[in-house]
Amino acid sequence: MAALAETTKSRWLVSGPPLLYLIAFFALPALIMVLASFRSPGEFGGLAPLVDTSGQVDLNVESYTRFLTEPVYAQVFLKSVVVALLTTLCCLLLGYPLAMVIARSPKRRRDLLLLLVILPFWSNFLIRVYAWMIILGPQAMLSRAVNSVLAVAGIEPVSLLFSPFAVLVCLVYVHLPFMVLPLYANLEKHDQALLDAAQDLGANGWQRFWKVTFPLSLPGVYAGAALVFIPALGIFAIPDILGGPDDSLIGNLIKQQFLETRDWPFGSVLSIVLTVAALLLAGLVAWIGRARTEKEPARA
Amino acid sequence: MPSVARRFPWLWVAASAGFLFLYLPLVIVVVYSFNDSRLNAEWVGFTLDWYRKLAEDAEMLSAAGNSLIIGIVTSVVSTILGTMAGLAMYRHPSRLLSVLVLTPIAIPEILMGVSLLIFFVLLNFTLGLISVTLAHIAFCIGFVAIVVRSRLAGMDESLTEAARDCGATPAQAFRHVTLPLIMPGVIAGALMAFTLSIDDFVITFFTAGAGTSTLPLQIYSMIKISVTPEVNAISTLLMLLTLALIVIASRLAPGILESSQETTP
Repeated sequence: MAALAETTKSRWLVSGPPLLYLIAFFALPALIMVLASFRSPGEFGGLAPLVDTSGQVDLNVESYTRFLTEPVYAQVFLKSVVVALLTTLCCLLLGYPLAMVIARSPKRRRDLLLLLVILPFWSNFLIRVYAWMIILGPQAMLSRAVNSVLAVAGIEPVSLLFSPFAVLVCLVYVHLPFMVLPLYANLEKHDQALLDAAQDLGANGWQRFWKVTFPLSLPGVYAGAALVFIPALGIFAIPDILGGPDDSLIGNLIKQQFLETRDWPFGSVLSIVLTVAALLLAGLVAWIGRARTEKEPARA
Repeated sequence: MPSVARRFPWLWVAASAGFLFLYLPLVIVVVYSFNDSRLNAEWVGFTLDWYRKLAEDAEMLSAAGNSLIIGIVTSVVSTILGTMAGLAMYRHPSRLLSVLVLTPIAIPEILMGVSLLIFFVLLNFTLGLISVTLAHIAFCIGFVAIVVRSRLAGMDESLTEAARDCGATPAQAFRHVTLPLIMPGVIAGALMAFTLSIDDFVITFFTAGAGTSTLPLQIYSMIKISVTPEVNAISTLLMLLTLALIVIASRLAPGILESSQETTP
């Protein structure tokens, strides 16, 4: 019995401090944000007093009503979802060949190639955004080339920087490693014998890919899609730096509510909508993935 | 087995394009940091002026100092707490702990930034170095915990049990057996936490307040105003630092770089 008491004690000694820290600096702030979403904005920003002079308790759903009734917010939110989906799709198209080449390289070269995919992810986020400011800048080679082609066709010169195009390219650039890693982890486990069997049965390269490799890689595709979609949905720095005034996404709205308008309740509502959307989607992806893997043995 | 390049030529072309896409932007940033021109548009000639300018930029130096202090404190504290969390998650898996440790990594960063902003302001806690450090620790714990847990998974737990059987107290068994065995993972986690802290922009942006700057915040305010090769110079130095730390970390704990994907739902 004494031994058991000691294990429980040492267990709490080990898990207690990180647990307390994360409750204080992660769970509690999140909870406060949920409560803030049901309050009114204060006269000078922040929150209105919880109990006002007439003794009325300040709890309401006005900020939620505002989100649902003013179409401009739903529009920005939908636009963010579309942009995040486009980013996910582009990452998949670009990341799949990369993951496949790495998975099919000789073993000793795989680690190096994988490292090459991951390294840019570990360089500073803002530096990677800044790089695209240079590449897409009006005096850079790319802009001049594009505009001279457009001039031949008689079209007005365009600005590549501060455009939805710049935002999308950079979103894809920043999130690509998140797609390649889970795809690689999946593709690497594929049994070459299945492809050989398909070849013996007369399947050509495309057929082998679409009928064998791709269906088997779907769990990796789903995992990669979730890892790209969730952070892409909440991004604010990329539209802020590379986008024009009309390219704001939900992340920019949130930033604006907290730092400029200082309407905390509404900012909290937007943040909660973003979290719920991200978690719902992650849950959906996990659910599809599980349903598929459970079906797999039946098909084999 | 025939080489990949010969068997799948189109695949190889697509992958090369992918690698080019990943690296060309970073190469351009580095190359233009040595360019003798204000415009990041074409190569004019070699110079170290931008680095000299950087060394004389008082704001940048104070931002670098702040980043360093925040990074070191974050690294030390989050390594201790993260190692504890990793141990606890491995030995006594609990749903509550896993959710608290892994969710901060999985949700969009901006959420943690704004909720901590509300939290600190409501508590009348002055935004500055301390609030940023507290926030950084919160998101680094998870990364350290993942690295330490995977290191534990790769070690022989019976060694700790043997020490206990020989009469060691749990503390002695940890100090003399478990800790030395997981040390490479712990150090790798510390380096990773330092890198994440030095590089963080979003959470810092919301928790730093008006008077405090870090390297990423300084870079942000510079590029919002204009594009100058001084940013290329600081970027190049920061990339070198990160690269060195990550190479060391990955030597100590192979697979550490991929740990971010463990948050897969």
